Amino acid sequence: MRAYKVYAIKNGTVIDHIPQGRAFKVIDVLDLEEEKGIVTCGMNFESKRLGKKDVVKIENKELEPKEVNAITIVAPTATLNIIRNFKVAKKIKVKVPKVIEEIVECNNPNCITRNEKVPTKFYPISGHPLEIKCHYCERTISYEEITLL
Amino acid sequence: MKFQGIISINDLSKKEILYILDVAKKIETGKTKPDLSGKVLSTLFFEPSTRTRFSFESAMNRLGGRVISMAEPKASSLAKGESLHDTVKVIERYADIIVIRHPQEGSARWAADSTKKPVINAGDGANQHPTQTLLDLYTIKKAQGKLNNLKVAMIGDLKYGRTVHSLTSALSLFNCQLFFVSPESLKMPEHILEDLKKKKIKYSEHEDPSKIINKLDILYATRIQKERFPDEAEYEKVKHAYVIDVSLLKNVKKNFRIMHPLPRVSEISTNVDGTPYAFYFEQAGFGIPVRQALLSLLLGKVK
Ligand SMILES: [Zn+2]
Repeated sequence: MRAYKVYAIKNGTVIDHIPQGRAFKVIDVLDLEEEKGIVTCGMNFESKRLGKKDVVKIENKELEPKEVNAITIVAPTATLNIIRNFKVAKKIKVKVPKVIEEIVECNNPNCITRNEKVPTKFYPISGHPLEIKCHYCERTISYEEITLL
Repeated sequence: MKFQGIISINDLSKKEILYILDVAKKIETGKTKPDLSGKVLSTLFFEPSTRTRFSFESAMNRLGGRVISMAEPKASSLAKGESLHDTVKVIERYADIIVIRHPQEGSARWAADSTKKPVINAGDGANQHPTQTLLDLYTIKKAQGKLNNLKVAMIGDLKYGRTVHSLTSALSLFNCQLFFVSPESLKMPEHILEDLKKKKIKYSEHEDPSKIINKLDILYATRIQKERFPDEAEYEKVKHAYVIDVSLLKNVKKNFRIMHPLPRVSEISTNVDGTPYAFYFEQAGFGIPVRQALLSLLLGKVK
């Protein structure tokens, strides 16, 4: 048996290069707390690209590109590998979705979405660094200011 | 041109704005006479703004339409805890078009998303009041015969003033040179200035209106509200520094005009009213053709 930090998975999805400290946000965005199978979460790994990084592995589940794009909101550097029989079967590029629905909370306390049951909706207005705009109150929110619902 | 609703000035292209202003002009001059008889407008005002509501109601009445209006928001369903969404779902069955004013930002967009009937935003908190911006542009065009390449100053509370923010973004479509005159504490927000830089619009910031007034085509004054100041003394000082008086107007250009969204408090002396430069009451009047144009366009009565 070999020593491992986070063991390799046979089938499923590996989300790598998550900025340090954001693994739980990724889990949150993907609603993985509802997941029945095994989810492992590793934090503070050494990374050439990021210095430190977090990793999330989901066993026996291949995430769809559509659900994956939401990750960019909390982890813009994340990369995704679909694993089949211990091998990387597919790499998925994450892209900022055109519409960000029911993931982010508007940080304008006087926004209608904070005062009535309204599904939140944002549009990205710039990619690097990420900036999003509320569909309703038109407030612009920067990447650092983003809070999840 | 087809419009779904009028929610934000940012939704409108330059071409669309000019088209709306053109329809307004045709209605004002009697070239186009849209018939809105048989149509019902509902004005949903969740906060009082008698002037804006009257302007919409007058516009609808003058085109033969009918108005039902929720005059007392406190006595209405909202006070009983009904959601805006539900209110709109009911009102859409009573009316062909809805005008909404609401204290929360984004409320008008939410109302519009809740119904297939056209919605006009008559003010959603600090966010947008697009019909005011359109009537401001109409007024400038009436006063100067054009919108392009004008020298326009805005004076007063530029920090919190929704009207001047929207007007700034609209005028940037027409390559106007902008002058922002305000006390240090009420300057135009940085993100708006950044936006102008990106669009390569010439602008400058000033504290004293007398230094630039003789260059201007338009001076747009707004109210300085007492609530915005931490202490009374600061407010008194600023209030007097920004009063537009005839003495300030000695050497202005012949085509110079003063605008104000009204109501004014003390920003413009009444001795200015009789000068050829006063244009704020005309401005209020232009709300009618502009709103007539919007109602007609949204109800499909003007192509
Ligand atoms: Zn918002």
